[in-house]
Amino acid sequence: MSTAAKPAYTPTEMMTIVASRALKSSDVCFVGIGAPSAACNLARLTHAPGITLIYESGTIATKPNVLPLSIGDGELCETALTTVPVVEMFRYWLQGGRISIGFLGGAQIDRFANLNTTVIGSYDKPKVRLPGGGGAPEIATSCGEVFIIMAQGKRTFVDKLDFVTSLGHGHGPGHREGLGVTTKGPTRVVTDLCLMEPDAVSKELTVVSIHPGVTREQIAENTGWRIKYAADVADTPAPNGEELSVLRDLQARTKAAMQGKE
Amino acid sequence: MAKFLSLADAVAEVVRDGDMTAFEGFTHLIPYAAGHETIRQGRTDLGLVRMTPDLIYDQLIGVGAARKMVFSWGGNPGVGSLHRFRDAYEKGWPRPLEIEEHSHAAMANAYEAGAAGLPFAVFRGYRGAELASVNPNIKSVACPYTGEVLATVPAMRLDSAVIHAQKADRAGNVMLEGIVGVQKEAVLAAKRSLATVEEIVDDLGDRSYNACILPHWTVTAIAHVPGGAHPSYAQGYYKRDNAYYEAWDEIARDRDSFKAWIADNVMKMGPEAFAVHARTPAKGRG
Repeated sequence: MSTAAKPAYTPTEMMTIVASRALKSSDVCFVGIGAPSAACNLARLTHAPGITLIYESGTIATKPNVLPLSIGDGELCETALTTVPVVEMFRYWLQGGRISIGFLGGAQIDRFANLNTTVIGSYDKPKVRLPGGGGAPEIATSCGEVFIIMAQGKRTFVDKLDFVTSLGHGHGPGHREGLGVTTKGPTRVVTDLCLMEPDAVSKELTVVSIHPGVTREQIAENTGWRIKYAADVADTPAPNGEELSVLRDLQARTKAAMQGKE
Repeated sequence: MAKFLSLADAVAEVVRDGDMTAFEGFTHLIPYAAGHETIRQGRTDLGLVRMTPDLIYDQLIGVGAARKMVFSWGGNPGVGSLHRFRDAYEKGWPRPLEIEEHSHAAMANAYEAGAAGLPFAVFRGYRGAELASVNPNIKSVACPYTGEVLATVPAMRLDSAVIHAQKADRAGNVMLEGIVGVQKEAVLAAKRSLATVEEIVDDLGDRSYNACILPHWTVTAIAHVPGGAHPSYAQGYYKRDNAYYEAWDEIARDRDSFKAWIADNVMKMGPEAFAVHARTPAKGRG
């Protein structure tokens, strides 16, 4: 951090807010639990009130007042337009191509935005057995495009994944098409340091915008490969007052609900 | 024709040693009381099937009741790992655990194919996903009309399925409301099934014309266990006990604290222990 003044927000808040800015009222978004859920609901409560949020438990157009701890909390069902069976969710809505944006995170990501949420180490003798892919393998190929949100570090932004749970741009240009996949795949990766997008030609993740106070050295130290930069790198606008207050109110309501003080 | 039984008799009849069995529920209506009864009865060599195995499977695996788990997301939602599952899979304690891993889409499609009596499920999935190279049950087929290559998995064929629901009527029809997951498919894909319920009523009452109901001739046994889904929830009755899910992380991290917890909270208890969590149903939705 080159500036002396301590920013009035945390890196995680910055990441969540940058991710929320990418969403529009017209989007139909398949939401994962955790950071994606916070970003999607922040968008809904600020600039994208019409956004359709879908959770894989079957809830369509849900408007939770607090962030759910699990993908199937009662809050999601109670505030949804409708709740469909899980088979229908995956067959008609996801596979049927009705969802424009899938929002994913992961334990590891590589330069082509392939993701690992399965194991650290080998599959048969893992060092760490992670929960697994859940909906991600099909979200990655069936949604119109995919946004990824992950805190950046050398152990998470790696040169080679231990396991390819879900497809990003594979080995590079033409890989998705070669598998018969017609959707765009990852178009944005939001971290606590910067915003990356795949290069139009090479498909390799490229830094397009750097968050306030972050240096290129910091980005290099927290990336497991030699990261590339776009010709014109933007400065990410700092969070504004509304974004911060709505996010903090949402998280305060969530915490109060968790402690039974609804 | 569904039989009304005590939980102990219902588990004895429906869940047998060596079964491929599913205690289903997608965060909601998870049959915890039935899982605890299964532990008390010392069932063994179970093949546990579930899209989202959570704490009840961590408990069944931790006591050594399972030989295999078939799943698509195995974690403590919003909290972290299933420590008993990881100990069994990574270190073989208290016994080695075989796994068969899928994606959610594959599991959902496999349940549906099981309910439909088909031999396999076909769907557009697993493209570019490495699971297809470590799970030999993931195969593909060319569409006979277009030539498109599609993923296939075997239909889910279960010996038994266990679910929790809000209501049964006295004829044995079972109604689920809210997030219904794949419970209907699991019951229809199983030879034997058990539904534990919050309430047994004369009439299922006001409901949507499209309510999710398992008719009495599709269910083997029904047991009245109010609060039986705790610490998950029953829409309209009680909320998810998120604090329990967070507390489980510490309990399950250590073998001895887990064993002590099972001794105190499962082995010395019965289904009536769940009643304290039951609530009178709220009127209308939510």
